[in-house]
Amino acid sequence: MSSSSEVARGAVCGDLCSQGRMKTLLIEEKRKMGGQCATTSELENYPGIIEDTGPGLMERFRSHAEKFGVEFERGRVAGIEVGDDGFHKEIRLADERTLRTKSIIIATGAAPRILGIPGEKEFRGQGVSYCATCDADFYEELDVVVVGSGNTAVEESVFLTKVVNKVTMIVVHDEGKLDADRVAQEQAFANDKIEFVWNSTVDAIEGDGLVNGVRLRNIKTGETQQLATDGVFMFVGTVPQTGFAKDLIELNGAGYIKTDDKQQTNIPGIFAVGDVTDKFLRQVVTAAGDGAVAAVAANGYVEQEEYWQQQVLKSQTPVLAVFWSPLEGDSVQLIQSLEEMTIAYPDHRIVTVDTYKNQMLADRYEVQEIPAVLRFEQGQEQLRLVQPGAVELNQLFQGSKS
Amino acid sequence: MIELNKENFAEETAQGVVLVDFWGESCERCKELMPDVEALAEQYGQEIKFCKLNIQGNRRLAMAQKVMGLPSIVFYQNGEKVEHLSGEELEPAQIEDVIKNYVA
Repeated sequence: MSSSSEVARGAVCGDLCSQGRMKTLLIEEKRKMGGQCATTSELENYPGIIEDTGPGLMERFRSHAEKFGVEFERGRVAGIEVGDDGFHKEIRLADERTLRTKSIIIATGAAPRILGIPGEKEFRGQGVSYCATCDADFYEELDVVVVGSGNTAVEESVFLTKVVNKVTMIVVHDEGKLDADRVAQEQAFANDKIEFVWNSTVDAIEGDGLVNGVRLRNIKTGETQQLATDGVFMFVGTVPQTGFAKDLIELNGAGYIKTDDKQQTNIPGIFAVGDVTDKFLRQVVTAAGDGAVAAVAANGYVEQEEYWQQQVLKSQTPVLAVFWSPLEGDSVQLIQSLEEMTIAYPDHRIVTVDTYKNQMLADRYEVQEIPAVLRFEQGQEQLRLVQPGAVELNQLFQGSKS
Repeated sequence: MIELNKENFAEETAQGVVLVDFWGESCERCKELMPDVEALAEQYGQEIKFCKLNIQGNRRLAMAQKVMGLPSIVFYQNGEKVEHLSGEELEPAQIEDVIKNYVA
């Protein structure tokens, strides 16, 4: 199938993290990595790969990550927490193990949506399917129903027509309208093995040991009708996998993780990529792109945070942190003045924070105007001067106690 | 694990508790699950019989057993189908839970 809701679960960000010399661990629930992509038979929308299978591409991703020293661990994440210092994070696994880390990239993807209609659970594996690649062989020369009208529903329907006698797509919209993009729609309409029932939903799946029919409801007229079928394939969208993170991480109304342009979530140092995030297009290529962004951003986060902890919060001597920007003439002048003054106060150290490069620290300390100087002692802010005049600067060397 | 086909299916499942792992070449989840089922066979093989059935060439046999989706793990007791686990998200722990019901 060529696309839409497939994601490279995890693999994508490993590479870049290791290239950035960080120690990277990839936690994968399944023995074989690749998430939804690994159950996709044909993949033809990843640039540079003219044609491959989903598992084939995921295998390449894995080898690539291995080459750069990414380590792999099998496990299911049950919860994540942020330590008291705001920097270290804890990952709790379902088997009670706990891992400690500085940055987390969430790439848990999405799973097929289950409607919960009568018969859906009962006939699982007996005529109800969520995977055309897995089950198409059973339906050779038989009739099947596909529920849904998005790209996945259309692509899987076209795939099924290679084997089955007839596909009937059950579409909730008015005649002629599918959720799939134009190219997919044209494919569906041009395929004479695909028929449509419009304005309809499935009320129940019926059968005796195996599925033998569905009960459909026309949402405009309320009328119900029986349709004989040998199988029901459900492609009614996906559900993001965020159960372990939902108390900590901000989600949108539909349950997808909200991220900024660096793929960072509402928690500094925790990033999210791929199908699990709130985004316009869910494909392997966009997931890989997210992974590249998150890897570089996570690298930057850890480096900046370590520097800050070392130089400021854990410093034995007073620290003057200057929030500045190289574009501001005043702030360059300020740093020079302070450096001259430290000759008389050799126990004071100056640390500069370029707010253009490190907005994160400026946000944390709510520095809105620059230049600003924050005096830290024992990791605590003692005094703050915003756009200070030359006479005020002396205060910084006496702390707040004077 | 015993490899089943239409010749030996009835005979192998006729007595005691038998687990049959229905799988296929195009089912990635099946292939992923197989080593876990083999590990369970090592552990519980004394008490129940472990079999596998490749649906390629045995599609009608599978359908006669009311199996129309993969992966499917079906339990038989004295030839009667007593349990059917299926689905992409099927986990080894779920299979083991059912096994434990029958070895107790």
